[in-house]
Amino acid sequence: MRRSRRAKLQVFRAVTFVLLGAFFLLPIWFMFEFSTRGVGENSPRTLDAWKAIGTYPDLVAGIVASLQLAVITSVGILVVLVPTMVWVRLRLPRLRRVIESISLLPLTIPAIVLVVGFSPMYQWMGNNFSDSILTLSLAYAVLVLPYAYRALDAGLAAIDVKTLSEAARSLGAGWPTVMWRVIVPNISSALLNAGLLSVALVLGEYTIANNLLYPNLQVEIVSLARTNAAVSIAVAVASLLFAFLLLVALSFVGGQRGGRRRNRERLVQTFARDFSGGTR
Amino acid sequence: MNWRYRIRGIGVAVAALLIVGACGSTGGGGTASCSSAKTATSIADCGGMDGLVAAAKAEGKLNVIALPRDWANYGAVLDGFAAKYPAIKITSDNPTGSSQDEVNAVQQLGNSSRAPDVLDIGMSVALANLPLFAPYKVATWNDILANQKEPTGLWFQDYGGYMSIGYDSSKVPAVTSVQDLLGSAFRSKVALNGDPTKANAALNGVMMASLANGGSVDDISKGVDFFHQLKVKGNFVPVQATTATVKNGTTPVVFDWDYLSASHGTDVPTWKIFVPSNAILLDYYAQAVSKTAPHPAAARLWEEYLYSDEGQNLWLKGLARPVRMAAMQASGKIDAAAAAKLPAASGTPIRLSADQATAAKAYLAAHWAAAIS
Amino acid sequence: MTAAGIPAITGVGRPTVGGRRLSLDWVGAVPFLGYVAIFLFLPTLIIVAGAFASEGGLTLSNFANLSRPYIVTAIVQSVILSAVTAAAGAVLGALLTYAIATGNPRGTFRRVVTSACGVLAQFGGVTLAFAFIAAIGPASALYVYLSQHHLDYYASGVWLYDLRGLELVYLYFQIPLMVLIFLPAVDGIKPQWREATESLGGGTWHYWRHVAGPLLAPAFLGSTLLLFANSLSAYATAAALINQGGPILPLQISNAITSEVGLHEPGFAKAQAVVLIVIVALVSVLYAVLQRRTARWLQ
Repeated sequence: MRRSRRAKLQVFRAVTFVLLGAFFLLPIWFMFEFSTRGVGENSPRTLDAWKAIGTYPDLVAGIVASLQLAVITSVGILVVLVPTMVWVRLRLPRLRRVIESISLLPLTIPAIVLVVGFSPMYQWMGNNFSDSILTLSLAYAVLVLPYAYRALDAGLAAIDVKTLSEAARSLGAGWPTVMWRVIVPNISSALLNAGLLSVALVLGEYTIANNLLYPNLQVEIVSLARTNAAVSIAVAVASLLFAFLLLVALSFVGGQRGGRRRNRERLVQTFARDFSGGTR
Repeated sequence: MNWRYRIRGIGVAVAALLIVGACGSTGGGGTASCSSAKTATSIADCGGMDGLVAAAKAEGKLNVIALPRDWANYGAVLDGFAAKYPAIKITSDNPTGSSQDEVNAVQQLGNSSRAPDVLDIGMSVALANLPLFAPYKVATWNDILANQKEPTGLWFQDYGGYMSIGYDSSKVPAVTSVQDLLGSAFRSKVALNGDPTKANAALNGVMMASLANGGSVDDISKGVDFFHQLKVKGNFVPVQATTATVKNGTTPVVFDWDYLSASHGTDVPTWKIFVPSNAILLDYYAQAVSKTAPHPAAARLWEEYLYSDEGQNLWLKGLARPVRMAAMQASGKIDAAAAAKLPAASGTPIRLSADQATAAKAYLAAHWAAAIS
Repeated sequence: MTAAGIPAITGVGRPTVGGRRLSLDWVGAVPFLGYVAIFLFLPTLIIVAGAFASEGGLTLSNFANLSRPYIVTAIVQSVILSAVTAAAGAVLGALLTYAIATGNPRGTFRRVVTSACGVLAQFGGVTLAFAFIAAIGPASALYVYLSQHHLDYYASGVWLYDLRGLELVYLYFQIPLMVLIFLPAVDGIKPQWREATESLGGGTWHYWRHVAGPLLAPAFLGSTLLLFANSLSAYATAAALINQGGPILPLQISNAITSEVGLHEPGFAKAQAVVLIVIVALVSVLYAVLQRRTARWLQ
């Protein structure tokens, strides 16, 4: 490459990274700034807003509910998907395309549309069954499905499921043992990926909870913002940091088993590309 | 032989006692119970206050909705009720919701145990949703004027105030008329308390602007035009004005009830309230008991509390005008100190009738979105 | 059959019909299919069927009601908003992608930036709205500082809380999304093509106009389409930012679900939802077509 062209390229790169970097990092910085403001002009930074989080019972209830939902949804989707995907790989290979297409469907049907269909279903459920906020996990599992499927598919593709399971069976293992003691340990990083993605998505979910009138974390944040903006932004920052840490953990865990950097990068790209539909 | 007669006699007596006892326990005399609070239309149907309290305590819960703690001193009202009846746990949903949100929750949550028990809504929303309410007349029913209640008890007004313009005098010049707000000093500063197609406070804000700009109670269009002008000039902030936005300066000028504006003064010491002399708009909110209330006895007990002297005086402390004010002043039960602090209005207040409120809502539904987009 | 030719272990004692063993293997897929049937297909069915229902019976009135001015405005504004954010996101994202792709492919910087894009593409909804309110809103440190120095950028109105604000805020997740889906295509450009162009006497302009441009065009267009669909379906960010009216389709759908209108016209929200699905589905199909074209030469 000629020197002048290289120089121009480097200038272009520097300008692009600085400008866009500022665009992306400044709002996060300002959230910190807003949530640590003291009362009155020129007063010192304070963590009062952060400490006050615990004094809002509705907010704390929302945090607890969202955490419970995150755990239930991620465990639930794994419990349903892993055996199904293994079984399909072993016994129903023709169903594989079908299952893959089904799991990609929630990407084409946005959450705001799904919730229109959920509304009468949840009304019926509330009257006849249970109106606990934890029933939202059934809806969330649908939202999480594409990402969990992708993560697990990548993990299962990396190991030879057929050989492993047949070897275990021929040694006398029953199906539960095959699943729990043979397959699962081998796809542990994929399981963790799927789980972390699910947790991050559920914590950031607003659309379905708001339109079904359930007070989850994000709904409570919006409600609180009308009374006390600083505390709501503090919680928003906290939930963002938490999700961020989860996804950073994901990008490190993702390449553990036989993964090279490119594999890891491709995984992150694939998840995040599809994942962007989750919270908006 | 004597002892045989005696045993028979005792047996008859015992049998008689048992029968009488059985009869008595199936709703005869003794302490009455609120066996069907769902259809009780007054406290008498529930066996008096004691029966109602017992039934409410048995239910153990109360769901309220859209009651901010700093709205007309609702915080103290909720605390007062909780202190008086500790067995009843209050769940306060969506505190910053609008009147329309309350009605939506009733419709969407149906028979679920999360549904709201009682509603505190604007008149236009109340009038549009009569089928959702259960008729109930509180013990102090007769103290409410006839034009402030529905004859069978479907809705009854609770407290009211004047629509005002509250402003931070350190950020904007003094407001002497509604038209002042079109000036360049008010760039990006003027807000409403919500969306007028959903929230009563905002609807009345637009109506007050209409009255001040040559409109009338039958014609809210001048108000919609005024806000369109505000938007065009860049003075309108499309944010719901709340305690938070007033505090952090996002909305230094707010069309809001005088009692709400007064509470903003605690956060912003330079807050002032202006009620235009040519547009003194007085409006009351209304209470209603939901027909599908999951806790009907608790709902009715809540209403009794709100309309007791204690409840009414707590609203008065929040600088709102309780509906029984005239009757309480006559009986001397009014909290005189709080009454003295009420914001004064110089002139004859204008009230919206039921039809006018409905017409205003319809006009807004058709024209508001286009006016401020 | 395994590689060793030993038959795979199958269950014993299954019922036979006419000599052939009835496979019960499909039972294993029932939990998943059952769950998906109830929580994915049933809501969709409710929406599609319900869009044709009204209090009287089958009707097309819900779709006819879509011609109401505020709905038409919402649909038009949604499409415009999505188009603007897709175009801007695509262009800025492509520039960023090129900047990333021309760096060291195995370097740490690239890994950090792509991971960051992965995180940012999912940072949406309520938290994003509040981040922008804190950053450039009327109460933000930035605005207070600038307006004190006579740089009042809200001079013509607080645009953050209406469509113009949405356009800016949506870019926050559109640009990283563009990077993530466009990067594989840009990575596929071989340096030999540039050298070949130069050795044949072509310059930078020639290279982009006749070599790299046409090759990247399908991927670029496909990515733009995906950004469009992404923006069209977004709800949470708009709900957190916009307080007055419902200027875009997802907000109108939400109004219709929860407002009394939706109950006297139970199919209205569903009709609007159908419109949204149809647009998104069309865009997804176009994207799939373009993807296949791109994949062909990427190998």
